Amino acid sequence: MQILIYGYGNLGRQDDGLGILLSQKLEAWVKKEGFSGFTFENNYQLNIEDAAEIANKDLVIFADASEEEIDDFCLSVVDGKKELSFTTHAASPSYIVKLCNDLFDRQPLVLLVHIKGYEWAFREGLSEKAEKNLGNAFRYLQKLLANPEDAIKSREGLKPC
Amino acid sequence: MSKKITIEPVTRVEGHGKVTIHLDENNNVDYTRLHIVEFRGFERFLQGRPYWEAPVLVQRLCGICPVSHHLAAAKALDVIVGAGTGDGLTPTGEKMRRLMHYGQIFQSHSLHFFHLASPDLLFGVDADPAIRNIIGVALQHKDLAVQGVMMRKFGQEIIRATAGKKIHGTGAIPGGINKHLSRAEKESFINGADPLNIDKMVEWSQEALVFFKDYYVKNKSFIDNFAAFPSSHMSLVRKDGAMDLYHGVLRAVDADGNKILDDVDYQDYENYIEEEVRPWTYMKFPYLKHLGAKQGWYRVGPLARLNTCDFIPTPLAQAELEEFRTLNNGKPNPHCLHYHYARLIEILHAAEVMRDLLHDPDLLEGERVVKGQKTHRGVGVIEAPRGTLFHHYEINDHDQVTLANLIVSTTNNNEPMNRSVNQVAHSWMDGHPEITEPMMNAVEIAIRAYDPCLSCATHALGQMPLEISLYDAKENLIDIKRT
Repeated sequence: MQILIYGYGNLGRQDDGLGILLSQKLEAWVKKEGFSGFTFENNYQLNIEDAAEIANKDLVIFADASEEEIDDFCLSVVDGKKELSFTTHAASPSYIVKLCNDLFDRQPLVLLVHIKGYEWAFREGLSEKAEKNLGNAFRYLQKLLANPEDAIKSREGLKPC
Repeated sequence: MSKKITIEPVTRVEGHGKVTIHLDENNNVDYTRLHIVEFRGFERFLQGRPYWEAPVLVQRLCGICPVSHHLAAAKALDVIVGAGTGDGLTPTGEKMRRLMHYGQIFQSHSLHFFHLASPDLLFGVDADPAIRNIIGVALQHKDLAVQGVMMRKFGQEIIRATAGKKIHGTGAIPGGINKHLSRAEKESFINGADPLNIDKMVEWSQEALVFFKDYYVKNKSFIDNFAAFPSSHMSLVRKDGAMDLYHGVLRAVDADGNKILDDVDYQDYENYIEEEVRPWTYMKFPYLKHLGAKQGWYRVGPLARLNTCDFIPTPLAQAELEEFRTLNNGKPNPHCLHYHYARLIEILHAAEVMRDLLHDPDLLEGERVVKGQKTHRGVGVIEAPRGTLFHHYEINDHDQVTLANLIVSTTNNNEPMNRSVNQVAHSWMDGHPEITEPMMNAVEIAIRAYDPCLSCATHALGQMPLEISLYDAKENLIDIKRT
C-alpha cells in the first residue's frame, strides 16, 4: 500500500503551520518504527502538480490548519465533488482530487485532517491550544496508520467533522 | 446619485483583491479602484535578524514565488558580503542560481497560462462559470490540462534540486550557493521518462505558443482591443541589451520605444524610482522620478520585458520575439492580453535556458561561494515571473538587519492594473450599470493578465467567497451579493 502524508500551510504564520508540523511528526514516527510504503510532502499550499503526486497512491492524508468551528481536530473524506476553488496561491483538496480523477483517471482514498488553529500572526511557533490539538491529531493518526488497510476497507472510526 | 460597486475577492489571481466601480449620475463609470491588501509587516519582521537569515525568511512572504524573494535577497546580500553585484559569483554559484530562477519562471508561467488564463481563452468571457475553469479545460482539452500540470511539476523539481527543498529552500546563500546539482538529478532532468525531461518541456512550450497563436488569429480583435493602452515599460536587461531574467541593468522605454532609463545600476535605484502614496490603498504607486508620478508610471512583467530588451539570447524564443514584434510594427506592444503571449515566449526561453544549463559541467562541480570586503548596504533585483522585484537591506556592525525595503512586482504594476480595470469598466458598464457575471469576469481577465501576486500567505480553511457590494454616494451599503 502506498500512502502519502501531505501537510500544508505556513510555519511563519503561527498556527497556519499545523498541517506541516503534523506531517513532520508522523514522518519522524514512521522512520523510527521502520514502516514502509510512506511518502511525505510539505508545502505552503496544495497546487496543481499534486494531482499527479496523488495519482499513484492508495491512501492520501492531507493535513491543514482550520479556522472552522471544531473542537481540536477532525477528518473528512475528500471526494472531489465540492469546494473546487483554485487560485495559484491555493487549491482546495477537492480540487486536487477532482483534477487527479479527470486527468489521470485515478481516485485514491483521500482524507483531510482539519486541525483547529487560533493565532495567525507573522511569527513562528504554535499557540498553546494549537499545540495540544496537534498532539491529539498525532496520536489519533498513529493508531490509524498502524493498520492503514482498515482505513481503506472501512471508513468507520474516522473522527468526522 | 453615484454608486460604488465592489467586487471581492478577485478570483483566479493570487491572494485577495477588491475592485470598486464608482458610477456617476448618468450611470456611467466615474472612476475605478483596484484595492490590494498588501502585507508589509515582513519588512519590520526582518529588522534585528542576522542578515544571513534573510534569504530563507523572505520566502515566507509568499507561497507562490518564494524562489524570487529567496534569490533577490541573496543578490542583495552578495553585495553586503563583498561578492559583487550579481556578476561576481563563481560560475557554479551563478549558474545554479540561474537554473533555480528559470525553473521558477517556467513553473509559474505554466501554472498561470494553462490553469488561470486558458479557461478565459477557451470558453470566452460570456461562458457559463461552471465550465469556465480548469476543470472545464480538463474535461474538454485534457492534453492541455495535463501539459500544464506536468510543466509545473518539472519546474518545481528543478527548484527542489537547486534550492534543496520545495519550501524554505536554502540553496542561495550570501556569496553563492550551498550545493551542486548531482549527476543523478542532471540525468533525470535530461533523460527522464516522458514527459518529465527537458526536451519534452521545450517541445510543449512550442506547442503552447502554436495553440495561442492559433487562438489569436481567430480572436484578434478581442485580444488586441481588450484593455489596451499605451504605457512605458521597465525591466532588467543584460548589459548588451539581451533579455536576462536573473541579472542586469535597469532599462525603461516609453510608448514609442524611446529609452527613458538605460544602463542603470540597480544599487542606485532610489535615485530613479519613487513611490507615491494614495489615501485609498495601502499599495504604493512606483514611478520614474525624473518624469514624475503622472508621466513616470510603467508596466513590468513579461510584456514589459519583451518591449525593453533588444533580443532574446536563445534561438527559438528569439524567433518568436521577432514575430511578436511585427504585431505592433516594432513599437512597444500596448495590448493587455498580449501579456499571455509574452508569457508563453518566456516559457520557451526558460526551457531553452534550462536545457543549456543542464548540460553545463559547472553545475556538477566547482567553487560555490565567494566573499570579499563586507559592506553595510546591498540591493538585489531580479525579474520575478510577475516583474521587477527589488530587495534592499542595510545592516549594522553586529550583522543585524537595520533596514529592509522591498518593491514587489505587483506594486510596480499597480498603476497599469488600475488603468486596465478602468478601461474594462467603461467598456462594459457605461450606460449598463449592471453587475453581470461576464462583466465581473472581464474585470478579472484584465487584472489576471498581469498575474498579480496579492500576497497573503495565510490560507487556512474557511476563506471568504466572492462578494459584491453596492454603495451609494454617501458610502451607504445598498446591495450586497455573494457567490
